[in-house]
Amino acid sequence: MTTKMFGAKVPRVEDQRFLRGQGRYVDDLLTDDPRLLHSAVLRSPHAHARIVDIDVSDVLDVEGVLAVWTWDDLTGPMAEPLPLLIPHPTLTHGRTQYALAKDEVNYVGEAIAFVVAVDRYVAEDAVSRIRVDYEFLPPVVGIAAARAATAAVHDDVPDNVAARMEQENGDARAAIASAPHTLALDLDVERSACTPMEGRGTVARWDPDTSRLTVWSSTQTSTGVRGCVAAKLGLDLAKVDVITPDVGGGFGVKINHPWPEELLVPLAAMTLGRPVKFTEDRREHFISSAHERAQQHHVEVGFDDDGRVLGLNVEFWHDHGAYTPYGLIVPIITSTQLLGPYKPQNYRVVFESLYTNTVIVTPYRGAGRPQGCFVMERTMDAIAAYLGKDRTEIRSTNFIQPDEFPYEHGLVFQDGRELTYDSGDYPASLAKLKKLVGWDEFEDFRAEMAAQGRRVGIGLACYVEGTGVGPYEGAHVHIETSGKVKVATGLTTQGQGHQTAFAQIVADTLGVRFEDVEITTGDTRKMPYAVGTFASRAAVMSGSAIHLAALRTKEKALRIAAEALEASEEDLEIADGVVSVRGTDASIDLGTVAVLSNPLRYAFDEASKAATQFSVGDPSKPPVAEDDEPGLEGTDFYSPPRSTFANGMHAVVVETDPDTAEIRILTYAVVHDCGHLINPMIVEGQIHGGVAQGVGGALYERMAYDESGQLLNASFMDFLMPYVTEVPTSIAIDHLETPSPLNPLGIKGAGEAGVIPSAAVFAAAIEDAEGFPITSMPISPSELFELRLAHADEPHPLPEEIR
Amino acid sequence: MTTEQLHDVRLHVNGSVHEVQVPARRLLSDALRHDCGLTGTHVGCEHGVCGACTVLVDGTPMRSCLMLAVSAVDAEITTVEGLTEDDGSAQGRLSPVQQAFSDCHGLQCGFCTPGFLTTITAGLRETPNPTEDEAREMIAGNLCRCTGYQNIVKSVLRASQIQAERGEA
Repeated sequence: MTTKMFGAKVPRVEDQRFLRGQGRYVDDLLTDDPRLLHSAVLRSPHAHARIVDIDVSDVLDVEGVLAVWTWDDLTGPMAEPLPLLIPHPTLTHGRTQYALAKDEVNYVGEAIAFVVAVDRYVAEDAVSRIRVDYEFLPPVVGIAAARAATAAVHDDVPDNVAARMEQENGDARAAIASAPHTLALDLDVERSACTPMEGRGTVARWDPDTSRLTVWSSTQTSTGVRGCVAAKLGLDLAKVDVITPDVGGGFGVKINHPWPEELLVPLAAMTLGRPVKFTEDRREHFISSAHERAQQHHVEVGFDDDGRVLGLNVEFWHDHGAYTPYGLIVPIITSTQLLGPYKPQNYRVVFESLYTNTVIVTPYRGAGRPQGCFVMERTMDAIAAYLGKDRTEIRSTNFIQPDEFPYEHGLVFQDGRELTYDSGDYPASLAKLKKLVGWDEFEDFRAEMAAQGRRVGIGLACYVEGTGVGPYEGAHVHIETSGKVKVATGLTTQGQGHQTAFAQIVADTLGVRFEDVEITTGDTRKMPYAVGTFASRAAVMSGSAIHLAALRTKEKALRIAAEALEASEEDLEIADGVVSVRGTDASIDLGTVAVLSNPLRYAFDEASKAATQFSVGDPSKPPVAEDDEPGLEGTDFYSPPRSTFANGMHAVVVETDPDTAEIRILTYAVVHDCGHLINPMIVEGQIHGGVAQGVGGALYERMAYDESGQLLNASFMDFLMPYVTEVPTSIAIDHLETPSPLNPLGIKGAGEAGVIPSAAVFAAAIEDAEGFPITSMPISPSELFELRLAHADEPHPLPEEIR
Repeated sequence: MTTEQLHDVRLHVNGSVHEVQVPARRLLSDALRHDCGLTGTHVGCEHGVCGACTVLVDGTPMRSCLMLAVSAVDAEITTVEGLTEDDGSAQGRLSPVQQAFSDCHGLQCGFCTPGFLTTITAGLRETPNPTEDEAREMIAGNLCRCTGYQNIVKSVLRASQIQAERGEA
């Protein structure tokens, strides 16, 4: 009997090639092709300027340079602004950049000219010889400057506001006005970024013999890139293939598309008739890909004596950078996911999405949720502090209860669907977390540490994450005559182990050996209908689609096998790739079933003789029945009515140094509920990575822009991404599995979870250690030191009441 | 502009000789990847901070993005492609460090992995039985954005075990 693979800690199949140095990332492709050309981009050194003149006359003198493009050289759709990917009715002033800047630059790093040469060194030499005359314009940097609007990022956008959006359930302001207690909080989160180890990259090859363009891109959406390349270059979709090879991490930044280079590289390849490559370097990644996180919030909350929230009114300002290619997704997620596992009786949220002369903002792992979680959890902690109650008690009072699912919030989520939670058990999760971190024993520990002159604090934070957003994913399952199973799904992979997790699903659903299953992702030649990898959706969406496609394939296999074995389908079972009649010796392997599924005129090997015209079939019927197709394969799509909501809770114990204000992590605990786990090893790996990114975002990482819009820390030397020395030495993890009723496997997404509560949980623990409120993240030791000085006169202030 | 002068450079990599012609400014990382075709060595920052491009130069971990190809002529270089052990099979057997990463889920996207593998290979030569703290110390100069390092630390300890087991066998 085949071992059940779903739920097992199966070692990853992709590791073999990665460990041997045989992975194939974009920059590894075509390295042995002597015709391959390389490219470099001239980027704006100024945050806001009008381009008066671009002089490229010296460029072509550089030996080895083949071509240079500026906006003036672009024609047709390439000369138009890049697409605004996700329009929204409230995005009244959306703006996107050009592939190469036309007339004006709006952030340091914006692409101005594109050079193609025999190697990258020469291309960069050439870039340095381009002369641009700029007329400087006043830069708008930071949310305060954007709100003040003394200068405009775009002349035709009043007050730097791209969108103002409001949602309300009930009457929050009235509820707060009549509540027994009220509090107001002002909260800030700064910018950070995905910073995958591999930056962006694109290779393109135009084949004049077949008039076909092949593009390899380090993207989170092959189909998205394909659509844009075809539209911008004026090619029929059928002439464009986009392949996502191995990707060295994404974390959100590679879902935005098309990047200028994703269009310019194919354009150059077609123009020059030679393959062209672009590989982003680290500085370029900092100044010309995307950032996220920066928001300012003002919260007003009304509650009763038990801490039950009666009304919550949140206003916030979202810094989306210079352009809005990804629409309002990040602030919409913040505004809805802020609610976490709680049910405020009345909720109103209004946000403004603001232009600044800085790098664009698109989703970074968590995508607006870390900010929302920070705001809600800071509010819960403030209520607890005000009432003098345990922080877990306030949360319990406000939890949606297990018998209240599906729970409707009366809001619209990021997918345009109702914000309705499908399942969860928050009280059970909290009970697990309290046990895991030793919540009830903490005061003893605090006293013990205090006796040694040490200062410690504990914090917790809860979140709910909408995962597996639509619209759909698909899968194609094909059993070859060898019995090997080839599966394709269109979304992409950037380290999540899809080749393993998806093969586990197929092995169980079909009843084949795990080793016989091969998964292909992100290749438009194999699966042209797909959306992409984001919003913790791959397992839910493609996992479900693959399961459904495998079921179709199995159905067909059973039908053909039943005929061949002269048995009833109900009496058949499939294990280890063999179909057998229960309780008998009669069996047929799936490879043979595949042979029989495809009526042949010509045999190609010994086995296929069985399917030729004089060997098989009823001569009175068509060889392929009217409602059938040749081949043992199945295609299906999964399109959910709405997102499925995973959840989790983190707790951390920190020690703050009384002198240096250094912050040390003593204990980190995670309780996580993503429904049924396909591969617990992979899920825990995702959590580990998320927590580490969360530590970075909470304690180390920020984008240090100066007032003129220069990013001062655009390197790994200065942007403090955690090494092993900064992360917790261990992360205690416990799982709860409340299956989703929305998909056949009962799964929920897990990819982003680890990072969502980090800012909130560290702020809570530091606040608990220090006694004064922490309202802005990230926090460095020097900032904590400054806060100590500021609170020297009043070390334990109470939260501020509205009236 | 004048033509860039090229230098004949003989690189000894993983026991093979690669004769390449490169300008003086060509980084060793670029020479390995683009001239020798050994793309297992990855470039993550090009300023010596992330460690993804780490190779062994005469057995010592070096950032190949901070070294010029012309300065590597007399050295014996080992890249990730050269870590497997000859067991008569076409692919070779995974080294203790490689095997440990597979056992412990020490990698996700795999981009930083070659730098960790080479660094730990050298580290275990110096410290064959590291404590957990020593394992952390061993990898403290390499960046990974996927794993949170938890399983990389486990991989170092596991590699030490495998190395000992294979030594006894």
